Amino acid sequence: MPAILHMQDIEKNFPGVKALRGVTFTIESGEVHALLGENGAGKSTLMKILAGAQGKDAGQIRIDGRDVDIRGPLHARQLGIAIIYQELSILPHLSVAENIFLGRLPRMASMPWIVDWKLCCARARELLKQVGLDIDPLIPASRLKVADQQMVEIAKAVSENAKIVIMDEPTTSLTNREVETLFKTVRRLQERGVSIIYVSHRLAEVKEICDRATVLRDGMKIGTVNVAETTSKDWVKMMVGRDLDQLFPKMPVERGKEALRVEGVSSQKLKNVSFSAYEGEILGIAGLIGSGRSTLARTIFGAEARVAGSVNIGGKEAAIASPLEAISQGIALVPEDRKLQGLVLPMTVRENITLAKLGGISRVGQLNLRRESKVAAEYVQALQISTPHIDQKTINLSGGNQQKVVLAKWLYSDAMILIIDEPTRGIDVGARAEIYGLLQQFVEKGKSVIMISSDLPELIGMSDRIIVMHEGRVTAELAPSQFNEELIMTYASGMSH
Amino acid sequence: MNQRENHAKGGPADRLSAPAGAFHLMGRFGDQLVPAIFLIALVITLSLVSPNFLSVGNFLDIARVVSIIGIMAVGMTIVILTGGIDLSVGSTFALASVVAASLIPGSFSDAPRILAFVLPVPFAILAGLLVGAAVGFINGFIIAKSRVEPFIVTLATMAFVRGLTYLFTGGFPTIFRPMPPLFEWFGQGYVLGLPTPTIFFALVVLIGVWITRRTTFGRSIYAIGGNEEASRLSGIKVQSIKIRAYTLMGALAALSGIILASRVGAAQPTAGLTYELDVIAGVVIGGTSLLGGRGSIMSTVLGVFILGVISNGLNIAGVPTYYQYVVKGLLLISAVGFDSYLRKMQRI
Repeated sequence: MPAILHMQDIEKNFPGVKALRGVTFTIESGEVHALLGENGAGKSTLMKILAGAQGKDAGQIRIDGRDVDIRGPLHARQLGIAIIYQELSILPHLSVAENIFLGRLPRMASMPWIVDWKLCCARARELLKQVGLDIDPLIPASRLKVADQQMVEIAKAVSENAKIVIMDEPTTSLTNREVETLFKTVRRLQERGVSIIYVSHRLAEVKEICDRATVLRDGMKIGTVNVAETTSKDWVKMMVGRDLDQLFPKMPVERGKEALRVEGVSSQKLKNVSFSAYEGEILGIAGLIGSGRSTLARTIFGAEARVAGSVNIGGKEAAIASPLEAISQGIALVPEDRKLQGLVLPMTVRENITLAKLGGISRVGQLNLRRESKVAAEYVQALQISTPHIDQKTINLSGGNQQKVVLAKWLYSDAMILIIDEPTRGIDVGARAEIYGLLQQFVEKGKSVIMISSDLPELIGMSDRIIVMHEGRVTAELAPSQFNEELIMTYASGMSH
Repeated sequence: MNQRENHAKGGPADRLSAPAGAFHLMGRFGDQLVPAIFLIALVITLSLVSPNFLSVGNFLDIARVVSIIGIMAVGMTIVILTGGIDLSVGSTFALASVVAASLIPGSFSDAPRILAFVLPVPFAILAGLLVGAAVGFINGFIIAKSRVEPFIVTLATMAFVRGLTYLFTGGFPTIFRPMPPLFEWFGQGYVLGLPTPTIFFALVVLIGVWITRRTTFGRSIYAIGGNEEASRLSGIKVQSIKIRAYTLMGALAALSGIILASRVGAAQPTAGLTYELDVIAGVVIGGTSLLGGRGSIMSTVLGVFILGVISNGLNIAGVPTYYQYVVKGLLLISAVGFDSYLRKMQRI
């Protein structure tokens, strides 16, 4: 088969991080090609460059044998590249048809400044049929389920005559039935000669749908393999590049007293959630996006309201109505999105570390900057935060170091219970191991960690116990002997055994 | 773990904290570099163009004139650092000045319904300051609790408070027959050869710098402006801090208003019209970002002086007021454009 796309020696640097170091990547026409790698391996960056969302620092891109210089997202689309992001880019208040033909609605032949709604509707309906969707194209996109919204994006790609469709973690929020529908559509596109780049963590899916797989690690290409001739174990070895034991510094810690008990907590998105966390324990929480995991964390932390239920700390009921009260009870939350929720980016490392405990560096409201610098330097040292100085703005740090600053903030606040949501999202492998080490040290001191993650190897590698959530409920509590990805996914997608 | 502790015992921790002060100064200096250079270039140019510009008397004059706007600009900097804005400062300025003036012994107005009783001068001034603080508190309370845009809330109070001012005065100015000496000193006196408005401005700046750099309140202001959600999740009392910021703004607007009433010997219900423009312009030209979280009081001082020097220079050169508005507008646009360009470069 001829190569439809050839990316040669692509390089990309961000401040403090080499995201891509000379990646070469070839896609043949009509193949489904998996792009594998851990968080921070460079998959998203490579795909963003291809989709024109980011520029490259070096390298060439050839499409259909012709050198191209992708100038932006619009140009990429004109070149026949469509990307379907994990966070869908549907405009919820517009109709399905408008979403499909955004920016190029069909016009009347006689009056080209007037939209031909009849034609628009008919064409949209036909395109939707091609992706197996039988809906009225005039309803607002917000009324569709996430899976159907995704299909609308695929229909949009089809309508643009895309030659290459990039799917970034397309199944994260889909049920098994919806995944089947997606795969049918993928095969249909493939038959029409469309190439698909399939970015996913789910190796079973890769096995099922992909022809070849390319593995990236730390911004480098490790290799391209034929899916039929290799096993998922081979890919994992290529992705991780070392034994998993080394990545997860898990050591058994004696389980202590009950540190936190959540009883019957309910809110708009949570339904009667109960569980306990113990001293010296890492409790994992699994679940799909939208299962209520993050809402649960924010509710315990007082950042979202609960309508029923209680939170007990050390055996006593704790009335927590705000993050401030949660912090004073020794709870800390490392939120899901460190840039939007975890850090004050224009502030320095020093200022971020002390933010949750300003009382520790002040007297009657007056800051002791000397003492603050000392505190910050200690934590920068202890957590090996790589920054030129403590007065570096956190916006200039790499993801891993940013996450360490957030952790330092909570370690300084004397938290006893650390809730950490997606601890290593977008962090490179080296820094991940260090963050796991910090969590391990934390529980070794008899404190407790509640770790929410979409990364199943991480959950399995670090947790002492895992609870699984689905649609706001706890659907399972698993002991280490029951830890396996398929079982967790089964409970997470709402199918009980 | 042991290894790590041993590691930490040595010098590296000290090494990290040692240059902190230097970097801190550099960082702060860096923020003010552009407006400072601009101001110096402006002074040099005007000195060359106009021989009357370069004199102690003229500089004292500039310092006195900018004080009225400058005092308010300090409060506005704090509000803008939280990511907010206050358009009602001109109205608060007027209301506070007419209330204080009407309470001062010897005050006189043609209005039928003016307060009949008077207070000793310090208490009359205090009453005016409290009126300003109350307006600020109301602004802050609505903004913090309702989450309506500060722009809209203070646009509403701007009209509302101006209306109150007209109702209170009946539209007549309040004058003094005669003005008590203490009140006369408040806006017209001199301390160590410096006019009192300038002294008040300097004090407000010093306190403002101390608040923003050296207190937990100031730290919280920067944090909220930098990332409100992260601040809330770090246990910062976001609502209370915002209310305090707007209350302070109101009190400072009142202080300015009362000083001007003393200075011109009358409290006008129309005083302070369009002052919000000058105050916000001073803050923005100094380099404080309207998005919040970035900027400083000292930058604002530079911004206010840039405006003051330009307007003084244009006056000396005999340029009509209408042109001065045009220049002010152009300067404001350039400052905002420059800020957004810098932000783009830093990928914020």
